[in-house]
Amino acid sequence: MNIIMLLVWILILFAVVMLHVAYATYFERKIIGHMQVRVGPMRVGWHGLLQPIADGVKSFFKEDIIPENADKPTFLAAPIICLVAMMTSLAVLPFAKGWVLADIDIGLLFIFAMSSLASYGVVLAGWASNSKYSFLGGLRSMAQVISYEISMGLSLVGVMLMAGSLNLTQIVEAQGDSFLGMYLMPQCIGFFVFFISMLAETNRVPFDLPEAETELVSGYSTEYSGMRYAIFFMAEYIGMMVMASIATICYLGGWNGPFEVALFPPFWFVLKVYLFMFLFIWIRATLPRYRYDQLMDLGWKLLIPLALANIVLTACFRAILA
Amino acid sequence: MFLQLFFIYCALMIVASGVLAISLRNPVHCVLMVLVLFFHMAGLYLTLNAEFLAAVQIIVYAGAVLVLYLFVLFLVNLREELHIDAFIPSPWLGRGIATGLALALLAVLPSFTPGSKGQWSVEAVREMTHTVVMGQEMYSTYLLPFEIAGLILLVALLGGLVLARREENSFEALTKEAISSGCACTQSKEVSQ
Repeated sequence: MNIIMLLVWILILFAVVMLHVAYATYFERKIIGHMQVRVGPMRVGWHGLLQPIADGVKSFFKEDIIPENADKPTFLAAPIICLVAMMTSLAVLPFAKGWVLADIDIGLLFIFAMSSLASYGVVLAGWASNSKYSFLGGLRSMAQVISYEISMGLSLVGVMLMAGSLNLTQIVEAQGDSFLGMYLMPQCIGFFVFFISMLAETNRVPFDLPEAETELVSGYSTEYSGMRYAIFFMAEYIGMMVMASIATICYLGGWNGPFEVALFPPFWFVLKVYLFMFLFIWIRATLPRYRYDQLMDLGWKLLIPLALANIVLTACFRAILA
Repeated sequence: MFLQLFFIYCALMIVASGVLAISLRNPVHCVLMVLVLFFHMAGLYLTLNAEFLAAVQIIVYAGAVLVLYLFVLFLVNLREELHIDAFIPSPWLGRGIATGLALALLAVLPSFTPGSKGQWSVEAVREMTHTVVMGQEMYSTYLLPFEIAGLILLVALLGGLVLARREENSFEALTKEAISSGCACTQSKEVSQ
């Protein structure tokens, strides 16, 4: 019985997240459209509301092309590795009090482990496609993810120190439900580092070098088509959502808000996650792309020292106050 | 019952992926097999209630070390296989030695006995959570060994930096030589034509 309930919960979460991914693309196209004084998708449904469904149906019926000299098993497995790694990290996210599939003690580490696995999907896609554009995109993505994973992990150590736990539910509860309890203010350096690393981890503008259209066509996903391309797309948007959720949980107090919404407990959580999603899109609409050496300099010479300093500072304050 | 089945599955997968990792032809496929192996090692740690170790196993070994291996493989880009003379002339001799070693290991196995129990029982660890217990022990009882290990790693890091520096200097020296000797590249081109 317990297992059946768990399966039902997993199915609900899966359906909700998939709908979210579909409408996040709509959200992005509409916002960028309005920021660039266009209207965005308008044709399918009222104000283009059915556009994501149409896109999904289209990509589902497109031909699935596999390049002749591709390494077939790896080529087929790469998008699945990406999606599975991203989907797995959804299991430990607490959407509201008690609204979590697996409340494990190493929640934060689990998310790191899964996001580092997702980079395998990208790099294997680049290698297996047997195309120069894909390969360069894969290599860039790998170097970028390794570098920024370090600064992201280090920036969250401050949060771990303050909450005294790796369990995501306990991190939210340690922040309390007051405005000043949020770790955004005491951990402002950590949040700064985390936010930039978050953009780089999800390969978003201004760090979208792995799929820089002007130089690499479409990067690691150049040779993919149809449903497999759509899977990469889904993995990217789920990755954005996971990162936004981590930022919400660790810095913005998770599901706590000014007042409780009894009908829908994750109300504030969803609102904060969408705030971050909006930031992602806003940055995409405004900032130009970094150069590769600037990207590496920023990661290794600025963010990692800052994150280390943040750990020392937080630990000192903890030692003095405790 | 479930734990035992899980253990057997992990053990079989570790052996199978280990064998595949050294027998597959394509080096990238070999690295992928090692990735599968690391995964199941993490699974084994989970059966021992060591969830922190399991997570670190994936983050450090699968997420960082193995990715660097892939990087090296991609950069080296071996187009043809190297053939080196076997260390042992007959393959059957090698197989015999391997079987002998395996038999010796099996013969020693019954004499294995668990050591005396420490102050942390399974219940105590489960109550305080594995991560907390490990952190406390590591930073109090085992502080000195921990610091020594940290120092050794720091030395290795500095050594790597020094080696990388030296290469850069020698590259500069090489380019200077090339310039002073009057563009060696055009000469070699003429020779090849």
